[in-house]
Amino acid sequence: MDLQTLTYIVVGFTFALYIGIAFWARAGTTGEFYAAGRGIHPVANGMATAADWMSAASFISMAGLIAFNGYGASVFLMGWTGGYVLLALLLAPYLRKFGKFTVPEFIGDRYYSRTARIVAVICLILASVTYVIGQMKGIGVAFSRFLQIDYDTGLFIGMGIVFIYAVMGGMKGITYTQIAQYCVLIFAYTVPAVFISMNLTGNPVPQLGLGSTMADGSGTFMMDRLDQVVTELGFKEYSTQVMGSKLNMFVYTLSLMIGTAGLPHVIIRFFTVPKVKDARSSAGWALVFIAILYTTAPAVGSMARLNLMNTIQVGEVGAAEGNLAYADRPQWFKNWEQTGLLTYEDKNGDGRIQYYNEKNAEFAAKAEAWGWKGNEMTKVDRDIMVLANPEIANLPNWVIALVVAGGLAAALSTAAGLLLAISSSISHDLLKGVFMPDISEKNELMAGRFAMAGAIGVAGYFGLHPPDFAAGTVAIAFGLAAASIFPVLMMGIFNKKVNRAGAIWGMISGIGVTMLYVFQHKGIMFVPGTSFLGDMGPNWFFGISPNAFGAIGALVNFSVALTVSKMTAPPPDHIQHLVEDIRVPKGAGAATDH
Amino acid sequence: MNKTAEQYWKANIRLVSILLVIWFVCSFLFGIILVEPLNTIKIGGLGLGFWFAQNGSIYTFLVLIYVYAKRMNALDVEFDVHED
Repeated sequence: MDLQTLTYIVVGFTFALYIGIAFWARAGTTGEFYAAGRGIHPVANGMATAADWMSAASFISMAGLIAFNGYGASVFLMGWTGGYVLLALLLAPYLRKFGKFTVPEFIGDRYYSRTARIVAVICLILASVTYVIGQMKGIGVAFSRFLQIDYDTGLFIGMGIVFIYAVMGGMKGITYTQIAQYCVLIFAYTVPAVFISMNLTGNPVPQLGLGSTMADGSGTFMMDRLDQVVTELGFKEYSTQVMGSKLNMFVYTLSLMIGTAGLPHVIIRFFTVPKVKDARSSAGWALVFIAILYTTAPAVGSMARLNLMNTIQVGEVGAAEGNLAYADRPQWFKNWEQTGLLTYEDKNGDGRIQYYNEKNAEFAAKAEAWGWKGNEMTKVDRDIMVLANPEIANLPNWVIALVVAGGLAAALSTAAGLLLAISSSISHDLLKGVFMPDISEKNELMAGRFAMAGAIGVAGYFGLHPPDFAAGTVAIAFGLAAASIFPVLMMGIFNKKVNRAGAIWGMISGIGVTMLYVFQHKGIMFVPGTSFLGDMGPNWFFGISPNAFGAIGALVNFSVALTVSKMTAPPPDHIQHLVEDIRVPKGAGAATDH
Repeated sequence: MNKTAEQYWKANIRLVSILLVIWFVCSFLFGIILVEPLNTIKIGGLGLGFWFAQNGSIYTFLVLIYVYAKRMNALDVEFDVHED
């Protein structure tokens, strides 16, 4: 059976499965729509959280970034897992004890202020919509490859499917579907990794293959071989290249960690476990399921890079026969050219492909002596690496079809979870909580669905010109969550003295500083050409990239909130008692029952 | 806050502080700040700093949450603030 037919069958089957489950478990009441009712087991909750969490950024984009940034991409690996430690230790059990539906609801009650709640809703929407933009990029890539069409059309089709999918179910439908999606995506991610690790190093465990010797009998370590292959073509050494500077990596990692613990669609998960005890272990289970993918990703990234380089540079560097002839390019190369995400230009007219780092002046001079006239792989979109990986490694067709299905599962599950967080914050927090307290359940649900449709439209529009690769765009979303939501949640639990004014000004200044910094380098509302300071290293504050700036925003948030709270009246007694009450598990009500 | 609740909270803060120090050490310190010196130590084909940055820190995070959940559940019982 040919690849395209097989892909249709595998993707079609998984979709039928998700829709079947969503239909079987569809939400009837508002409570079920937002929080899946009571009593989801911690292991099941952990698995669903993992699917919610591992989006197109983790599945499709991250290994590609690792492949091209080597050690520097460690920021994603540490940042997107270390945040769970913060979540488990600092937030999850207390928010569960508090026992409400949404994050702004907690902020509104703890800081006894409707204004605080509205500010939280706005911060949450900004972070979530940016996050969905990142997903849209991933969805566009996956669909364009799946249907063999260009990226823009793939994006539009993806938007349609996300809409049908997210609007139909609520949290309850999504929870069960996400468990199915987790199974599909983790299987799709690890199977090719095992094959590739086996081929290259003879070790079937990718985590161990990463540190093993090559299977070709040379006795060279895989990592040393990779370092050698990339430096021979003028690229930076894989195992030591940093992202920006070490300071940037530090701040970047911190920003992703804090952001993880501030993202509403993840926090909301811990409202739905039966007990405070379960909130603690749920975060642990989620991280177990996430770690399976995250510890595999370094092997996927490094081995994909090695295979890619070896495919194009078939012989000795500099020898006329050393480069692959364009006419002999493999099928995967042609498939990806069709999507416009991989492009080749025969600059020196020799009919062969020269792929090297033309920005390395020393190497470029050498290359010129060989008659090379510039890097001919004019575009290798980082986000295609994971999907192209099994094809590059010549794995069987069913594995390739499976990876496409996994990528779609990852993107859909996260987009659905985020859209739910957006719709609940608009319909539940803004409409029911503030503007229309006597809105009927039916109308609240309807408003939530309209909010989702709006968010998909906005995110799709920006997805046509995403500010960065999927993982980079998502990193900005984390920065926004880190700068606004996490600090006020943490202070709300650990500091009784932080008051209404402190929280409001903290959130506004934190997210304000971060957005200003992102916009000045990436364009106002990410519109290309409107950035008033270029997006490049020399213009960055201490070399900190906009994607990493959330940690600084969080610092600003903490300092402003603490200072303002010192200068204004302390919170009333009943709020201080509320804080004391959420610190102990005793007396927690049933989940989301109110 | 009554006496027990206060002590419970103190014990909680102490536990969380210790775990967060380890959290910082295995990721920021080993994986970023001290990565070059640690890379001179090799495990298989990988430098130790590189390994911590891409694999080791994640394993440590798992252990941290496990220890936290276990210790806190014990503290709940010890100070009689557990649910039910």
